[in-house]
Amino acid sequence: MNGTIIYVEGVAVSFDGFKALHDLNFMMEAGELRVVIGPNGAGKTTLLDVICGKVKPITGRVVFKEYTDLLPLRESAIANLGIGRKFQAPTVYTSLNVFENLELSLNRKKGVFNALFKKLTPAQRDRILHTLEIIGLIQKKDEIAGLLSHGEKQWLEIGMVMVQEPKVMLVDEPVAGMTDHETEKTGELLKKISTERSVLVIEHDMAFVRQIAKKVTVLHEGTVLFEGTVDEVQNHAKVREVYLGRGEH
Amino acid sequence: MCKNKTGIGDTLKWVIFLSAFWIILLLMNTVPPKDSFFHLTDFNLNTAGKYMAYAILALGIDLLWGYTGILSLGQGIFFGLGAYCMGMYLMLSIGGEGAYQSDLPDFMVWNQVQELPFFWKPFESFAFSMLGIVLVPALCAFVFGFLTFRSRIKGVYFSIITQALALTVWLLFNQNSMNLGGTNGLTDFKSILNFPLSDISTQRMLFVVTGICLVLAFILCRYITQSRLGKVLIAIRDNEGRIRFSGYSASQYKLFVFVISAVLAGIAGALYVPQVGIITPGQIGVLPSIEMIVWVAVGGRGTLIGAILGAIGVNWARSFLTSNYPDLWLYFLGALFVGVVLYFPKGMWEVSGRIKNLFSRRAKKQPVIVN
Repeated sequence: MNGTIIYVEGVAVSFDGFKALHDLNFMMEAGELRVVIGPNGAGKTTLLDVICGKVKPITGRVVFKEYTDLLPLRESAIANLGIGRKFQAPTVYTSLNVFENLELSLNRKKGVFNALFKKLTPAQRDRILHTLEIIGLIQKKDEIAGLLSHGEKQWLEIGMVMVQEPKVMLVDEPVAGMTDHETEKTGELLKKISTERSVLVIEHDMAFVRQIAKKVTVLHEGTVLFEGTVDEVQNHAKVREVYLGRGEH
Repeated sequence: MCKNKTGIGDTLKWVIFLSAFWIILLLMNTVPPKDSFFHLTDFNLNTAGKYMAYAILALGIDLLWGYTGILSLGQGIFFGLGAYCMGMYLMLSIGGEGAYQSDLPDFMVWNQVQELPFFWKPFESFAFSMLGIVLVPALCAFVFGFLTFRSRIKGVYFSIITQALALTVWLLFNQNSMNLGGTNGLTDFKSILNFPLSDISTQRMLFVVTGICLVLAFILCRYITQSRLGKVLIAIRDNEGRIRFSGYSASQYKLFVFVISAVLAGIAGALYVPQVGIITPGQIGVLPSIEMIVWVAVGGRGTLIGAILGAIGVNWARSFLTSNYPDLWLYFLGALFVGVVLYFPKGMWEVSGRIKNLFSRRAKKQPVIVN
């Protein structure tokens, strides 16, 4: 796998005059596992929002796989192109059970009439069960998603994005609020996923970044500050000043 | 392969229950002698038919509100559209037998209308009228829903807009210049398909048709809620923002369910009119629309049977109280709504569920002891 999968050029986003992103250029190769770090308010989540269509920039270009312009598309269309989004706070369908959460997310036609008449095929069912095993929730498949623990909801949402079979998975702070054990398990999960698809992860936890990342992008005040390996990032003077030196992240 | 609790067997059970409900009422009206304890008077059979029509509408509200989380305070509009389509057909089939011996409906003669307005003409045909009952509410819901859902108007804003729309429609239908009978509405119907409406046999037929429509509407709603579409609706209720990123166009789904609920309301209105004998703007405005919401809230949101029982139960209570304690009815309705919302947010159906759980827990314990 090679070639560009996400190409962001000169993007600016403004919230009521506040420039959340400005002149942001970002590129990701197909098959890559990329981590984006940066201080609070650097625009990390906004970058994901721009890619998946939740926020529309005032200027710039966002291109998927070298030729598909994402800007005119609605969120559902972008999702169906193969861009999956895992949100920061776990967002699952709380009244449905774990299995149904994955069943809805499954990669297939998502129009009204398909939803009304098409049943789950045995192959699709196996895919869901297989994913449940990977995310470790097979025992809880009939449980109502709203009753899961925080960590389990995070994994469920990762599973939901997995069965969507996206080309790119956008993952926003997957280990926030997790125990060390859960964090490690999540790291292994993301590494495993990245063997099959491109993954873009936002994270604060530097130990976790070290566990999973090869290439790291540092955002600062709405634009890219530096890009490089974990070691390069940690030794970069400006990065240390604006971000790493600040706290215990 | 599937979870058995929500399967076809369960649907069948409720279909039998619903069919038994109206068939027993019909038998009680026809079989026992008039002085028997079990005899159901013609008047009461007719009233029960009216409630079943309401229940069809309640099913639509439940799909829309209970499952998808869209609170429409304008369902009376679609009820009214269906009702007026039927009413226009019934008015025209009076022919020259009206008080003024004119081919025009009486109120038009009174209002000195010389010629039948163009939009009345198609309703001379029974087939077209039946089609109109479905298509007119569907089309109106489609246009209104398309515009609002596409611009992502939701929650309380949607409710307020639908309420404003209900008021507008009420005002419009009150206008004599609309040629829909103004405040007095459409009434004095004589016959449907040449069967006199004053005959009990005709009323029994209408009761049977309403009963069948209720069962069919239930099966339709049940099929929808059991399909993946039903789960998408629940997902929209839970988290509309998320469903778009799972690749679903939430507005398409909302539009679909809004149109279905409008069609059910329209059919309900059409079944209501020949059984009650009159339709006026007062029956389709803001207040009736809110009362419809109360039926579903009281019966049980998100459970189709709850909505049906809510519509029938609240209306039965209304008839009972308005005839026995006419001053108390509104207090009762208010207290019922507040009480249910406070203590049984999922409606009365939840109460029966709790009682059932109590028994099934006991039943489940037994095999454990045996083991």
